[in-house]
Amino acid sequence: MRGKCGLFFSSYRAEAGLFPSAFQKTCLGLFLAALCACPLVLDTYHVSILNVILIAVIGAAGLNLLTGVCGQISLGHGAFVGVGAYASALATLSGWPFVLSLLAGGLAAAATGMVFGLPSLRLKGIYLAIATLAAQLILEYLFLHATALTGGSNGLALDAPQILGFSFNTDTRIFYLILAVAVAVVLGVANIIRTRPGRAFVAIRDHHLSAEIAGVNLFAGKLSAFGVSAFLAGVAGCLWAHYTMFINPEQFGITLSISYLAMIVIGGLGSVIGAIMGAVFITLLPELLNLASGGLAGLFPDMSASLNALREGVFGLTLILFLIFEPEGLAHRWRLIKAYWKLYPFAH
Amino acid sequence: MANLEVSSLTLTFRGLAALMDVSFIVPEGQIVSLIGPNGAGKTSMLNCISGRYTPDCGQISLDGLDLLRLPAHRRTSLGLSRTFQNIALFKGLSVLDNLMVGRHHLMDTGLLASILYFGPARRKEDAHRLKVEEIIDFLGLSPYRHQIAGRLPYGVQKRVELGRALAAEPRLILLDEPMAGMNLEETEDMARYILDLNEEWAITTLLVEHDMGVVMDISDQVVVLDFGSVLAQGAPGEVQQNPEVVRAYLGSEDSHFLGR
Repeated sequence: MRGKCGLFFSSYRAEAGLFPSAFQKTCLGLFLAALCACPLVLDTYHVSILNVILIAVIGAAGLNLLTGVCGQISLGHGAFVGVGAYASALATLSGWPFVLSLLAGGLAAAATGMVFGLPSLRLKGIYLAIATLAAQLILEYLFLHATALTGGSNGLALDAPQILGFSFNTDTRIFYLILAVAVAVVLGVANIIRTRPGRAFVAIRDHHLSAEIAGVNLFAGKLSAFGVSAFLAGVAGCLWAHYTMFINPEQFGITLSISYLAMIVIGGLGSVIGAIMGAVFITLLPELLNLASGGLAGLFPDMSASLNALREGVFGLTLILFLIFEPEGLAHRWRLIKAYWKLYPFAH
Repeated sequence: MANLEVSSLTLTFRGLAALMDVSFIVPEGQIVSLIGPNGAGKTSMLNCISGRYTPDCGQISLDGLDLLRLPAHRRTSLGLSRTFQNIALFKGLSVLDNLMVGRHHLMDTGLLASILYFGPARRKEDAHRLKVEEIIDFLGLSPYRHQIAGRLPYGVQKRVELGRALAAEPRLILLDEPMAGMNLEETEDMARYILDLNEEWAITTLLVEHDMGVVMDISDQVVVLDFGSVLAQGAPGEVQQNPEVVRAYLGSEDSHFLGR
């Protein structure tokens, strides 16, 4: 059971709340306040890492809705992020206001995602993975060769986003923009999961025959999962494009797709907080390894080259160890920790 | 008016006939049992009615409406629901959410409303939760309400599956071996639930079951299938006496087998 001991509800409505106890609400408020205060304390480099994490949270929350909740694997999410990035960049370059470009990026990615989600009605598991891999390769090819639109390998350069004349032209300023979008996305995904469409997604994942008996339209359900998920990927892409102010096809390769998959697997499939934890983990791990190898290189200057190589190996090793020892993801570990402290010190 | 009407239904798999010219009627408000040896086509029959299989020819109608023209997910809103022979729950959802999925076709919360949550989506969730709680009370599932369905004991999972079918507010329910693998006590409970839902909620029932004691006790009518065709149909007493039926089950005369 969720919640602390002695937490009782007197209405179904109260029980259905996302954060049922006052303690949780306080913690969340404090956490958000701390996040908002971060740019005041951290330097620009660390704020930029936070920005990258928040964008990853948006993309991972979207992919988790598709793969974790609805059970449809996608190896094309990196490319969907790219579609969002290019579409919103083109919209901004042709003079659209930022909010409209954000929507355009999301919708373009959603449309693309739904087209490449069509095979999901017939294909499952590994076969769907291959079909979405095809989406990744086709879109990458388009990014590179539709030079009239995407600028090909030269990429596209953008200005910082502006809303009502206010320019988000520093890491700190855009941090608040990305944070606002990320919070909205996370809440939206949590709301989908706890209501009718989200339950239908899980029904499709767990037993598609009984889902059909319950009146769930499998085709529409899977396509809308692809649509919403790719929409969020597109939003992430739009923010990425306007944050880095330069995009080229290399940024949206298969590695991006795989790192999103790694985030949701490490974080916990089907869990909102899992997507957040996974995004934080996968984005921070290389930074921490960088720090460690930098520190060690200071101690052993002769070994700096091999330490760099070692860094990549340690990254892979950490992922493998995680899959072995924490197969249900960080979200599961988090639940266990909460359960432990719930009864502390009287846990048996 | 007859509730469910199956007429001259034939289903083949690459030339292998699973059902041949099967006709029977499930009258409104009755419990009709479909029995027969393994491989007789009982589950295939249910799959044709619920929309999993498309028969080669023949008709299935519910209250005069042609079921075969509708895809499976739209037959639910005509008042059709079913359970499966092997447990087919949504293993990752709580018992409550499993039952809420059962009400999917009665709700109309779209994606946008669900993202916003506050307002219509929340009102509908609350209203349907009340209905689901009635079923949870009826089936005695309240201790398991928030538990993940996949981790519950077998007998409880069978009950949850019945609950999910009931949550759809069906007029006709198809039960595929609801007592399979249950002990005597659980079997009696399940028989009581079936009688109750039939009497109190006026749900017409088509039951596939191997437990002859239960079938003969609670059915208004029995339809016997063998090798895909109807061997006999009628009141339980008549069917028990039918020598053809006895032969199909035992291969020889033994009038004690089907009796109690």
